[in-house]
Amino acid sequence: MRFATDLHIHTALSPCSDKDMTPNNIVNMACLKGLDIIAITDHNSAENVQAVIKSASGKKLVVVPGMEVETKEEVHLVCLFPSFDSALRMQDIIHAALPDRRNREDIFGRQLIMDEHDGILSESVRFLLTAANISIKDVVNAVLEMGGAVIPAHADRTSCSIISNLGIMPEYPDIKYLELSKGCSTKEFLQKYPYLYGYEFIKSSDAHRLGDILEREDFIDLPELSISCLLNALRK
Amino acid sequence: MDVREFAAKTGLRILTGEAGLGKEVSGVYTGDLLSWVMSHADKGDAWITVHTHLNIIAVAQLTEISCIIIPEGICVEEATLKKAVHEAVPILGSPMSSYHICCKAYEVFGNNGG
Repeated sequence: MRFATDLHIHTALSPCSDKDMTPNNIVNMACLKGLDIIAITDHNSAENVQAVIKSASGKKLVVVPGMEVETKEEVHLVCLFPSFDSALRMQDIIHAALPDRRNREDIFGRQLIMDEHDGILSESVRFLLTAANISIKDVVNAVLEMGGAVIPAHADRTSCSIISNLGIMPEYPDIKYLELSKGCSTKEFLQKYPYLYGYEFIKSSDAHRLGDILEREDFIDLPELSISCLLNALRK
Repeated sequence: MDVREFAAKTGLRILTGEAGLGKEVSGVYTGDLLSWVMSHADKGDAWITVHTHLNIIAVAQLTEISCIIIPEGICVEEATLKKAVHEAVPILGSPMSSYHICCKAYEVFGNNGG
């Protein structure tokens, strides 16, 4: 069966996102758009994942725990996890590898931690919008060990993408999918990088604003609608 | 001037043994966005980068730079060093910053190294 996805969505925890990216707003917008599966992927943190999962309870929407990790190569990786607990374990690893720097909300914006009723519980003090001192390889290994999947983010962009930062897509035997931005043509992308023909491509929104969340426009084939089926399909 | 002489004159430490030390150094290039380096570094350049990912060797081969310089005492992964030896791309290391390495290179090349 084909399911409509958007596996790269930021909440109000990401300093660069709109503060109306609250758990309920995201869930309701995703339902309105008719999506089947979304992933919550804030920068280097999973602190709002559980609130979004809770606010989707009772709805026909699967919420995948995730995080957009920035590696020491300044490459953004969408990391998806089988459970909230595993996302939290990854968060511990990433937070330990982040520089000891406080967020400057006057420059970067607030980092809101919310509950499932869109109440603000607290603010993340640590500056999230920067690189953690951990290599791509170590991130991939850690996520796979937890039963998750890794998708290099916005591979078509000229900043923070695995191809722009490393020049050539390095070979990681476990990476099957590359993420392309909403407006990017897969055909034109492959004409530019013909050596990437072996990869699968997925479009995600990287939404920092509610309106940016995808319509039913990118689909994945799964035997059934579940996180474990999705993660299996995203890995080799 | 070959890589061995360049390393001696600029005080850089050779991290990859004898491999590729006879390559001719004709200039210096510095940059960390590898897609940019791939399209802008010149053959023979000694390339300064904080990247230690395996891909720096591929970039070095593609651009035919003479050697890679890792500044600020950054530790280079074993896999990268091994590949460098295998492909005869010398890696030099230094506790100096990129700026200070450029200053040293300027003493060697003057304005002709860019």
